[in-house]
Amino acid sequence: MENDLYATPEHEAFRDTVRKFTGEVLKPRAREFDAAGCPDKALFKKMGDLGLLGLRYEAEYGGSELDWSFSAVMHDELGRCDNAGVCMSISVHTEMATPSLAQFGTPELKREYLAPAIAGESISAIAVTEPDAGSDVAGVKTRAVRDGDEWVINGTKTYITNARIADWFCLLAVTDPDAGYGGYSQIIVPNNLPGVRVDLLDKIGMWGSDTGQIHFEDVRVPVANTIGDIGRGFQQQMMQFQDERLVACITGLAGSEVLWEETKRWCEERQLFGRPLAKMQNTQFKLADLWVELQAARALNDAVVKQMCAGVDATKLTTAAKVFSVRVSMKVATECMQLHGGYGYMKESMAGRAFVDSRLAAIGGGSNETMLHYLAKQLGM
Amino acid sequence: MKVMVCLKQVPHQDARLDVNADGTWIQDGNIKFEINSYDTYALEEALKIKDAGEADVVVVSIGPDRVTQALRTALGMGADRAIHVKDDDADLSDTLGCAKILAAIAKEENPDIVFTGFMSDDGNFSAVAPMLAELLDLPSATGVLSVEVGDSLKCERELEGGALEVVELPKPCLAAIQTGANQVRYASLKGIMQAKKKPVDVKTMADLGVSDAGAGAVKAKIEKVYVPPKGDSAEILSGSTDEIVGQLVTKIKELGVL
Repeated sequence: MENDLYATPEHEAFRDTVRKFTGEVLKPRAREFDAAGCPDKALFKKMGDLGLLGLRYEAEYGGSELDWSFSAVMHDELGRCDNAGVCMSISVHTEMATPSLAQFGTPELKREYLAPAIAGESISAIAVTEPDAGSDVAGVKTRAVRDGDEWVINGTKTYITNARIADWFCLLAVTDPDAGYGGYSQIIVPNNLPGVRVDLLDKIGMWGSDTGQIHFEDVRVPVANTIGDIGRGFQQQMMQFQDERLVACITGLAGSEVLWEETKRWCEERQLFGRPLAKMQNTQFKLADLWVELQAARALNDAVVKQMCAGVDATKLTTAAKVFSVRVSMKVATECMQLHGGYGYMKESMAGRAFVDSRLAAIGGGSNETMLHYLAKQLGM
Repeated sequence: MKVMVCLKQVPHQDARLDVNADGTWIQDGNIKFEINSYDTYALEEALKIKDAGEADVVVVSIGPDRVTQALRTALGMGADRAIHVKDDDADLSDTLGCAKILAAIAKEENPDIVFTGFMSDDGNFSAVAPMLAELLDLPSATGVLSVEVGDSLKCERELEGGALEVVELPKPCLAAIQTGANQVRYASLKGIMQAKKKPVDVKTMADLGVSDAGAGAVKAKIEKVYVPPKGDSAEILSGSTDEIVGQLVTKIKELGVL
């Protein structure tokens, strides 16, 4: 990430800290997290102690009140931890489940849920997707019915990252089925309440994070757990998605860059027909072509970060970056796996893992098709 | 109490190292750098003293603009101030030249303790620390694994074969710290932001009154840096441990090296 956006001594020193954390804490345990199927909670506490979990949030709750350039530096380094699943688990907590709370939550709610999240004492998850509603967010059916000062929640959320390790969910539920886009609310639901049940799901990739289906049966939470105004959940979630999509672009690209480097090294050492694979024109063309795409993806990601830092609407570019980064990550994974030959098909191979991990980005956080549909609308079509 | 810590910025351990065109060093224009790992343990020892009571920790480094990053990281970890010798000629110094520059700073700062790393990850000379101690006429210890601060500095140091030795140095003194001596802390985000307000003094050799360091004073010149050529072949021995040992002994005898 050679860019003026990230060139201050503070950015550099911060990058050193995250790189050291990634190198000393995450990378050595990368396969251990895969085997466990999730990162452990102590990891979040350590990150909280270092101030990594509330970069853009208010100092009053333990945050640092910085801009997206610091978040970008952090995720660019975390994305090199050799475990995309762990990376996703962390970014769900920092960029997907807490931004709405930080922006719209009441001081009481932020004291109760945001402050411990920033300290790494609690872990969060975002609960939007349902068995019949994914990228079509307006199709969610989970219902929250008001009963005095409480919501009574019923429904099922699925493909939820951090489902098992999360202490609370940022839930999107229907609170007024007749109010259209004004009928949804974001509600904080603790994971340990009666009526909450988590069933783990088995994924083909992203092994270092846990994913589950969450059932809510007559779960009661205070209406005070509503983030922002009742009925504004859909709009708030759409805003929260911007952070989710950008962090997916940044971590995905960082992982792809690491894989590209690793593949180049492999090709320089791998002998085929008496000479290194890297000396063959097909290899050179492929790696050079991938390098071009990685540069383009980085430039697009940086442009989004710049807009975020400037406080201008970055929706269009974020959507474009999501589409493009995903294509690049999938292409890098596919081509690098091919260059690795049989070894690339092994689970222990970085290329093999990237092949299944990168595939998720085309689905999660808004599928490619949804992104293109959304972008077309923004382009006036 | 004042503690001075000498830091060197070296290529990052993950950086790809290629020899430069004239074969005298590596291509360092487009690689990442970090604080020499030995020096991070030295800094941690200083910060532990600071944590335990009153201590002013000043970090010192010689090098180009990029060294600012190392110093800012050290300040973010808890050092109080930094001195950056930014001088193109100083960068060309050999180990003795570096020691002379650091000695000039130490004479200005008058620290009670000087900590350095035992060696550098890139040069591996282990020379600057003893030279610096000699130039300052300070008692010193190298290969130090732990220190105990009182009226003197008690140092536990590493010897050959895993043996340990304890020496007691009257202050002022110098200790060159070994890796693994402690658990090096991270620069927290809060620390990094606080470091913005901490001073970094930039000095040249002229500012320090040093004229016998830099390129003109180099006594040990690097003649050649190269990657050893690969051998033609390698033979992988197989079998049980006893069988492999037997084969290995036979090979060694055949080669006549015993």
